[in-house]
Amino acid sequence: MATTTEPAAAHSAKSGVQPLLVIRNVAKSFGKNPVLRDISLQIAEGEFLTILGESGSGKTTLLRIIAGFESANSGEILMEGERLDLLPPYRRRVNTVFQHYALFPHLTVEDNVGYGLRVAKLPKDEIAARVSEALAMVKMTSFASSKPAKISGGQQQRIALARALINRPRLLLLDEPLSALDANLRRQMQVELKSLQREVGISFVFVTHDQEEAMVMSDRIALLRMGELEQVASPREIYSRPATAYTAQFIGHTNLLRGEVRAGMARCNSLSWKVGLPDGPALFSLRPENIRLATSAGGSDINVVRFHGKIQHQAFHGATELLQIVCDDGLTLSVRTATRENRQGDSQLEFSPADAVPVRKSAERG
Amino acid sequence: MFSRAYRAAITLPPLLWVAVFLLVPYALLLCYSFWSVSPSQTIVHAWTLDNYRELFRVNVYLQTLFRSMWIAARVMIFSLLLGYPLAYYLSFYAGARKDLFYQLVIIPLWVSYLVRAYAWKTILGSDGVLNTLLQYVHLTKHPLEFLLYSPFAVVLTLTHIYTPFAVLPIYAALEHIPRNLVEASHDLGASPLQTFWRVIFPLSIPGVLAGATFAFVLSLGDFLAPLLLGGPSGIMISNIVVSLFGAAYNWPLGAAISLCMLLLVVSLLFLSEKLEKKWSFR
Repeated sequence: MATTTEPAAAHSAKSGVQPLLVIRNVAKSFGKNPVLRDISLQIAEGEFLTILGESGSGKTTLLRIIAGFESANSGEILMEGERLDLLPPYRRRVNTVFQHYALFPHLTVEDNVGYGLRVAKLPKDEIAARVSEALAMVKMTSFASSKPAKISGGQQQRIALARALINRPRLLLLDEPLSALDANLRRQMQVELKSLQREVGISFVFVTHDQEEAMVMSDRIALLRMGELEQVASPREIYSRPATAYTAQFIGHTNLLRGEVRAGMARCNSLSWKVGLPDGPALFSLRPENIRLATSAGGSDINVVRFHGKIQHQAFHGATELLQIVCDDGLTLSVRTATRENRQGDSQLEFSPADAVPVRKSAERG
Repeated sequence: MFSRAYRAAITLPPLLWVAVFLLVPYALLLCYSFWSVSPSQTIVHAWTLDNYRELFRVNVYLQTLFRSMWIAARVMIFSLLLGYPLAYYLSFYAGARKDLFYQLVIIPLWVSYLVRAYAWKTILGSDGVLNTLLQYVHLTKHPLEFLLYSPFAVVLTLTHIYTPFAVLPIYAALEHIPRNLVEASHDLGASPLQTFWRVIFPLSIPGVLAGATFAFVLSLGDFLAPLLLGGPSGIMISNIVVSLFGAAYNWPLGAAISLCMLLLVVSLLFLSEKLEKKWSFR
């Protein structure tokens, strides 16, 4: 079912080498309850891939299978061509930043950070040097001898990150690491995390349910729905060319137009435009910001669909506002425009046929 | 929120209870320990330190106290050695059978202490189950005498009786360890053994301390097991106290020994609590 734009344009172009991680036909069920079905996904060297999905979509399970805390019922995972899924978690060159950080409460910040090096029995002076380097990287040097309970959530987050990265993993897994932080700190950490990832050049697999977070940080987004990949693509592509109705609705806000194609013309209520699709029922995603309030009634332009509607509701969002427009034929559309006071009740609206993206109906599951 | 009268009404009964059944007896014990017994077997109500001098002068008291501590220490060690693996298995590996096994640990506590002590008597005695078996399989010609009426028998019985008291707090401590810490340790490259020593064990120390304290303190004050199974070499300090308050009719000396033991136990509890605090991180 997955429409895979693979591998990510930015990362595949620079080298023709094999991907870092290959997930092949992985399936997992808990009892009779299937959690993941036939997941295939590749992760490129240095890539920031986000696994996005609602709760219960299986995203955390997929992450735990990569980390080795769960084993798949079928399928395989390869890292640099070698089977990863057969190794216990402590032999995988994969590290995890846990959702609630999972810092060791009995160890100081620096002992937490140095844990991986100490169990690997590295020389003491090397451990000390790398710990102070890692603490400097996350700007936590002054907290070296604090216990985790004495530092804030955001600081614990940085320590969890330093503790995972100090082992120089090939792949870093992050399980909703920002979900416990408040909105401002979360935005700040998104930026920091992204720049840190560029700096260290390690592949990140980031799990989140927050589509905005996914858009801001990712090279590619893998959208998971009820245990199956709905679409894997770059944020821009997944936003502007959603493959399915679910993708279009989950990522950003959209108008789903249910219509019919006949003889190269799409028809939805009284709206119609030219398309290159075969005849039959069709679904289109039209983003609210792609509908404009027309300045004049104007003539007939083949590249614009014009229609008339009434503003039913106006929601102020700061720089933009979201209008609910009821067309003459009863169709309700969301329109996002720049904020302006005192809108008229009646409006002339238009959109380009190219912005009405045909999407597949999402498969019924559950 | 509540009226003064109401608060007085609900706090008075427990206060009275503590006063009548705890404070007064302890005060009396303290008084007795500074009194003495006349040759005509009456209590002389005159203050003296003789009982405490006697306690430190006569070897048998201190010797018995040290033997009791040594027995209690062994019970503590064996209870921990048996109890920790059991608690660990219960918490980490028992899975669906967890509740069943937990009940199996608890159930012996419902059986009368006396019954369990007598059970060991029938197992360890000259004509007991163990000696009969050993002779039957020709491992020994004569019954092994050291099995019963020895410190060994006391340690064995007390370990059997007090191991559940060590298991329960250790189990509780292990259950409180967030499992994602174990995963984090594995994730960072630590083997299961390294994870145990670096994460699980340190975080279970408060439970170990509580369990050790239970086993030690309860064994130290025990007098039934040494009475039934200890023989002359297995006498413990409580047996002496019992006889001083009974047949020997020397309440003042008995009170002095009791207070010394009380002091010992209270300082142990205090120390154990300090250590537990030091090792708890939540």
